[in-house]
Amino acid sequence: MNHLLHIDGLRLRYPGVGFRRRMPEVLKGVSLHIEAGETLGLVGESGSGKTTVGRAVLGLARATGGTITFDGQDITHLPAGRRRGDAREIQVVFQDPYTSLTPALQVRGILTEPLIAQGIARADAERRVSSLLDRVGLPKDSADRFAREFSGGQRQRIAIARALALEPRLIVCDEPVSALDLTTQSRVLDLLIELQRNTGVAYLFITHDLAVVRHISHRVAVMYQGEIVETGPAATVTTHPQNDYTKRLLLAAPTADPEAQAERRAARQALLRRTRTPATT
Amino acid sequence: MIPFLLRRLVSGIVVITVVTSIVFFLTYGTSVQIARNILGPSASDEQVAILNEDLGLDRPLVEQYLDWITSAARGDLGASYFTSEPITEALANRLPVTFSMVIVAVLITLIASLALGITAAARGGVVDRVLQSIGTVSYVFPVVIIAIGMVYLFAIVLRWVPAIGFVPITQSPGHWLASIILPSITLAIGGIAGLAAQIRGSLVDELGRDYIRTLRSRGVSERAILCKHALRNAAGPALTVFSLQFIGIFGASLFIERIFALPGYGAYAMNATVQGDFPVLLGVTLVSVVLVVAVNLVVDVAQGWLNPKVRV
Amino acid sequence: MSQQLGALGPDQTAVAPTRRKWRVTRALLRNPMAVGSVVTLAVMTLLCLLAPLITGHDSMYSSVDHVNAPIGTEGWLLGGDAQGRDMWSRLLASISVSLTAALIGTGVAVIIGVVFGLVAGYVGRTIDSIASWVFDLVLALPSLLMLIVLLPVTRGSYQLTMMLLGIMLSPGVYRLVRNMVIGIRRELYIDAAKVAGLSTWRILTRHVFFVVRGPIVIQAAFIATICINVQAGLAFLGVGANTPSFGSMISLAFTNLYGEPIQLVWPTLGLVALTGALILFANAYRDALAGTTTAARRRSRRALADVVKRADEAAPTTEKPTEKALLTVRDLRIAYPRSDGSLNEVVHEVSLTVDSGEIVGLVGESGSGKTQTAFAMLGLLPHEAVVSAKELSLGGRPLLGLTPTELRELRGPDLAYIPQEPMSNLDPSFTVGSQLVEPLRRTMPRAQAKQRVLELLARVGIPDPPRTFHSYPHQISGGMAQRVLIAGAVATQPKVLIADEPTTALDVTVQAEILDLLRELQHELRMGVLLVTHNFGVVADLCDRVVVMRDGRDVETGEVRQIFHHPAHEYTRSLIDSILDEETVRTDAPASRAKEGVR
Repeated sequence: MNHLLHIDGLRLRYPGVGFRRRMPEVLKGVSLHIEAGETLGLVGESGSGKTTVGRAVLGLARATGGTITFDGQDITHLPAGRRRGDAREIQVVFQDPYTSLTPALQVRGILTEPLIAQGIARADAERRVSSLLDRVGLPKDSADRFAREFSGGQRQRIAIARALALEPRLIVCDEPVSALDLTTQSRVLDLLIELQRNTGVAYLFITHDLAVVRHISHRVAVMYQGEIVETGPAATVTTHPQNDYTKRLLLAAPTADPEAQAERRAARQALLRRTRTPATT
Repeated sequence: MIPFLLRRLVSGIVVITVVTSIVFFLTYGTSVQIARNILGPSASDEQVAILNEDLGLDRPLVEQYLDWITSAARGDLGASYFTSEPITEALANRLPVTFSMVIVAVLITLIASLALGITAAARGGVVDRVLQSIGTVSYVFPVVIIAIGMVYLFAIVLRWVPAIGFVPITQSPGHWLASIILPSITLAIGGIAGLAAQIRGSLVDELGRDYIRTLRSRGVSERAILCKHALRNAAGPALTVFSLQFIGIFGASLFIERIFALPGYGAYAMNATVQGDFPVLLGVTLVSVVLVVAVNLVVDVAQGWLNPKVRV
Repeated sequence: MSQQLGALGPDQTAVAPTRRKWRVTRALLRNPMAVGSVVTLAVMTLLCLLAPLITGHDSMYSSVDHVNAPIGTEGWLLGGDAQGRDMWSRLLASISVSLTAALIGTGVAVIIGVVFGLVAGYVGRTIDSIASWVFDLVLALPSLLMLIVLLPVTRGSYQLTMMLLGIMLSPGVYRLVRNMVIGIRRELYIDAAKVAGLSTWRILTRHVFFVVRGPIVIQAAFIATICINVQAGLAFLGVGANTPSFGSMISLAFTNLYGEPIQLVWPTLGLVALTGALILFANAYRDALAGTTTAARRRSRRALADVVKRADEAAPTTEKPTEKALLTVRDLRIAYPRSDGSLNEVVHEVSLTVDSGEIVGLVGESGSGKTQTAFAMLGLLPHEAVVSAKELSLGGRPLLGLTPTELRELRGPDLAYIPQEPMSNLDPSFTVGSQLVEPLRRTMPRAQAKQRVLELLARVGIPDPPRTFHSYPHQISGGMAQRVLIAGAVATQPKVLIADEPTTALDVTVQAEILDLLRELQHELRMGVLLVTHNFGVVADLCDRVVVMRDGRDVETGEVRQIFHHPAHEYTRSLIDSILDEETVRTDAPASRAKEGVR
């Protein structure tokens, strides 16, 4: 077992409020793995549990079953705060660039805080700031400004710089470009790919957007109702899916071409008729 | 709804028990010379010991408390140490005065707050500024000062209403109203400021929400949007503030009774606190906590009725 | 959602590059009310400290010769009271007692409330449940009466009484802090801090406390006034130890009200100055936190009035309709007043038409003004928006300058709207059915309206219409809610339907179904549809024609094929180019491990 990240039979149920009701299980035995330097795209609709997988890997949600192994070490029950050892090599970029950066600090503080928390001297941490900004394509004078002074795309660059600060080997990207405009989106994706090539970092890339997943993933896993229904190389899964749900998902996403979309719509309606008839009888 | 009510009821009984026991153990537990206080300095140690035994003060505190709470549950609050007057009876004579005033004050508060709050939210402008001024004034000028000002203006300078005294409603409804209208208005001023501001704030919040815009897009009238949709959704937070205002009005009635010389429970309670008449203090505590719990229960039920997510 | 709101706010791009650190302090210094209140408090504190030097007598010293002595009697600056004591000296002693009372009560309340609020809010679970129950209990206490009842325990000491009061006032602080912390705990930046390995203590002190400190200061000022008033109130009632206090001064003066009403003035003035300074400071601080001052607000209100007046004069330049189109917009401008009174135009000279039976896409990135344009047609822009156009008409009838009633009559039978966010667009307190029936009641009896709504619910693909009819919005899913909203929009068979990102909040599979439904309904009812969206897939699926917007201008209008295959404008081209290609799949191998070694 020499994968960078290995998730085996992960189950998760959020604790209910009081002792009234048991909450439904969000993850029903999820297994997947990521190699070093690789991007695994995790696709699914809202409520599929894809974000929860990411939170479990980060230690922000507590697994109720199964194991998460990072670089050979079992990190299933290690909470985020205590991951000072190897597990700090897992970092995160969240979806919403407006709430994922603290309003309390300037960019310099945002970038040095994780380093200082790891015991690096403040002066050394400060020295890293300008190279981090440089790597994500932000001007050096950004360090003295607050996050709210930046646009959505720029904020996401700051969030990426923060994730890079600890030189992680895995970054969980939870819908990192979903809140961005089309033109900004592709630039941020290109930045993520470039950083991967330069540093060899692996991504667990969580998204609902198939176009995005195709663009950045080496392999793709499709989630539906707490389970992985299909997994494989990106090209295979996104062009010749085996699973019915994956097929429906692919056909439901409208393509940006009127003629092609008309065909896709017809294909989708045909598939629905085919799958619905046996289901109801 | 029924389990929800039961839960609130049980929690209310727990609150009553906890509060009375805290007061009981604090008063009885920290004061060693109850009998000495009653008899005065000239009494002999022997007399003090006898009285202690008579009152059962020589028994363990827990036993005394259980005694008190079991008879209280039956409606018997004991008798005053100093006058031997039964406390239940004494309160029954005095509470109608306080309640008359508090209820009229609450009604005034509700009506005025709704009117002011809705107008301020819908129109803004002058009403809004008047509302804000009332708020600041009621915070800056304590109820005592407002009350004295009212007495001075209406009873002494203008001579519209009697300055002091109380007439029971059974005796003459007109005079009853005249005797409590000034105290009630004074009490209501503080309540109106807080409640109207809350109603206005919640209404303004609601009016900015998406569903209001959608209702507008379907041609629903502004009046229905304000008085039906926005008000219904704003009522929840306003009710919470109302229950707090009620407690405030009830507390402030102590001052009002003093200034307008009304024979309510206030003077009774204060006399007891100065003398150290513990059974009376416990009786007053019990009655007011029961009242507060009852009001909160009513507010909870109203909340449940208003909010479909609670209702189930 | 946030994008949508952002797009509505005028001038959201111009974020002032101010430094937050001293922003609040500087705002306070610029506010005369704040400066005045702080100076008042400082002067009063100073007077207390200097009391032994500037008063001739002890506050308890009473002299029979000076009973009710007039103001200005030698050595008796404010005269003597009914017991022959020096009013000036008693006034200063009262201030000192009040300030002490405020410090004790507020201190206790804030410390208890903040500590438990931070812990309960951040840790949550059992601790939160228990703490919240206890604080709710304390909050429900009739505090004034409890203080009086417990006077035998506190032995009349006002310091002890204020400690008790502090405990009784702590639930306010607790609730404030707890609720804010719960809100912050869910913020992603707290998760990010956890992932970065920050300790809980550091997160609480650095990130959480930063946000809650402002509201705490405001709450503390209000608590201080309550403490001062309660202390004075108890002294007024004459319970507690015989310390000089505003309350006892007022009480004595009250008994003397007929004879020497002037004696009531000094303690009242002292008390009001003290509490007033605290309240005004709290208000000024709140304004400073919110970034507005009363003066600025007043200024902007006045400027607004001017602007609206000017716009009113300029607006009705609607000419005769020139085109045959159902909905015609020519040179639409939307502007918002800035705080200095000038206008900030967010939509500039936008023109478009929608014919019956056609679907027109209004496309652009966030902040392009597309939603503003759509709302302008519905008359749903915020009040302060200033709208003008050479023409804005529906079926030849001008839409600008209509009275609210006329506009209301158009909405429904002529114009309808489908919003973006399904859940927030249903009134949570009313059943789905009653919300849909309400607009129909203008034209038909209740039973018929209900019948019609049930039919509509079935038409938009809701499996069990009677059940959904009687459901509350929180009981149905987002996809169902969007169907309900579509039913509400088409209930009156409108001529023009304006849909604002109708599928953005939905999953792709649901989106596909909703797009199918919209296409069918549009076909059935021969509606003209204006579809606001940023998604080119949706445009390709539904639209006949497209209007591309950028920075409040329409840069290009054309047939849907032309826009996709032969975009004329450079911006349209760049938009089309940044659509992620469906054919390209990432093919490069995972980054090699050799590079890892270099790291």
